[in-house]
Amino acid sequence: MRYMLLICGEEEAHKAMEADGSFQASCHAWADELRRRGMLVTTEGLRPPGDATTVRVRGDQVLLTDGPFADTKEVIGGFSLVECADLDEALAVTARHPAARYGAIEIRPLSGT
Amino acid sequence: MTAAVDAAVTRAFREDWGQIVATIIRLTGDWDLAEECAQDAFAQALQRWPRDGVPRRPGAWLTTTARNRAVDRLRREAVGAAKLREAARLSVPDGPGDDAAAGGGSDDRLRLMFTCCHPALAFEAQVALTLRTLAGLTTAEIARAFLVSEDTMSKRLVRAKGKIRHAGIPFRVPPAHLLSERTVSVLGVLYLLFNEGYAASAGADLVRQNLTAEAIRLARILAQMLPDEPEVGGLLALLLLHDARRAARVDATGELVPLEDQDRSRWDASQIAEGTRLLEAALQRGRPGPYQVQAAIAACHATAAEAADTDWAQIAALYGQLARLVPSAVVRLNRAVAVGMRDGPAAGLALVEQLERTGELAGYHLLPATRADLLRRLGRRDEAAAAYREALELAPTEPERRYLARRLTETTGA
Repeated sequence: MRYMLLICGEEEAHKAMEADGSFQASCHAWADELRRRGMLVTTEGLRPPGDATTVRVRGDQVLLTDGPFADTKEVIGGFSLVECADLDEALAVTARHPAARYGAIEIRPLSGT
Repeated sequence: MTAAVDAAVTRAFREDWGQIVATIIRLTGDWDLAEECAQDAFAQALQRWPRDGVPRRPGAWLTTTARNRAVDRLRREAVGAAKLREAARLSVPDGPGDDAAAGGGSDDRLRLMFTCCHPALAFEAQVALTLRTLAGLTTAEIARAFLVSEDTMSKRLVRAKGKIRHAGIPFRVPPAHLLSERTVSVLGVLYLLFNEGYAASAGADLVRQNLTAEAIRLARILAQMLPDEPEVGGLLALLLLHDARRAARVDATGELVPLEDQDRSRWDASQIAEGTRLLEAALQRGRPGPYQVQAAIAACHATAAEAADTDWAQIAALYGQLARLVPSAVVRLNRAVAVGMRDGPAAGLALVEQLERTGELAGYHLLPATRADLLRRLGRRDEAAAAYREALELAPTEPERRYLARRLTETTGA
């Protein structure tokens, strides 16, 4: 099954991750291990929500909003798409993601599988 | 004859429902189909057993019948080759006298327990699923037991089953490295079931009262299948030791009788002996946990011939150990009671007042009730009466309110 791991956190969590000198390296190590095991489809970080544009179409009108779709303190900072046997495997993989120590990671099964 | 058949069907329902459902889930992965086919199997038993006689192994008969029904259903609905393959695999019959079905069945029941209590499900969903699929309670009965509408309970069950399917929660007994952690989850559900039933007053719905028996039954199955997990033995011991006192907890008029006033000859001696035996076996494994410690406390009470013989020093020490294992204000309150018995009410009161200052138990009726008891024993009647009044305002059940009102009258009237 495929699972999307949405890496969420508040601004503070983001700052703490950046301040942690070994954070990037441990993220790479996490991704490398998953790649070796054939479980990583893709993983990316995102620019902050200040750079986001939200699109809605109502009738014939394309409505744009400057910013994220929901104005919350917790924002999505990145995502990984993984291939796992079941939720238990996805839980184990997610618990080892370095960002889980700072923010929160939401596991969403893909609807197509 | 009909009465005998009815009894056999009732007994099979209690003993085999969970196993039948679990087997069909393992074979098809379809929880709703499993429940429907199990229901059909019992309906057929009601029709055929009066005519053909009760089969030698009712559980095996019911499982086979339910499985055949599942095969029929899958064949009829088969739209693709995959479904047909599934049906073909299902229809391989067990040989005559093949006991593999029974053995595989109990493993399936264990798989079902762990899947229902998977920590990715909300606790209330775990509880509801356990009662529906393992115990065979209807949605209406579960709703009644938890005082929510049938519609709410039905939605809760549908959502939980949907999540198991869509999120890929595996139907299995967790591997060794997860087993202890996941067992905690199952034990939590069984403990809640027991407490819900235990707290139900004599006049409460029978379904609710029967939750204690259901919790003990499931804990027995779990203990049988996981003999190396000492907390499972600890929980079963705890439930048996509490349940042993059931007959003495309420008097002839339905009033709550506190532990120290209970007629100990009415306690179930064989259940106490079994609980104590189980606890000793669990403790010998040298891996204590909260359920074992709570069972040890219950055993201290259960094995005291008279209230005055209670080993309060041991109980206070056990509550100290429990407070280290589970940092909970309620545990600290219980420890204060034990210390009050061991070292005198003033020592207990000091601990209660310390707890009050933290504000953690604000609104919990047993906090002022405990303070009231300690003040009464110190002869500080006016303060005791005020504390009883405070507790009375907060007490959630009628028997508890009547008990506190009696204490209040004794304190002000004496």
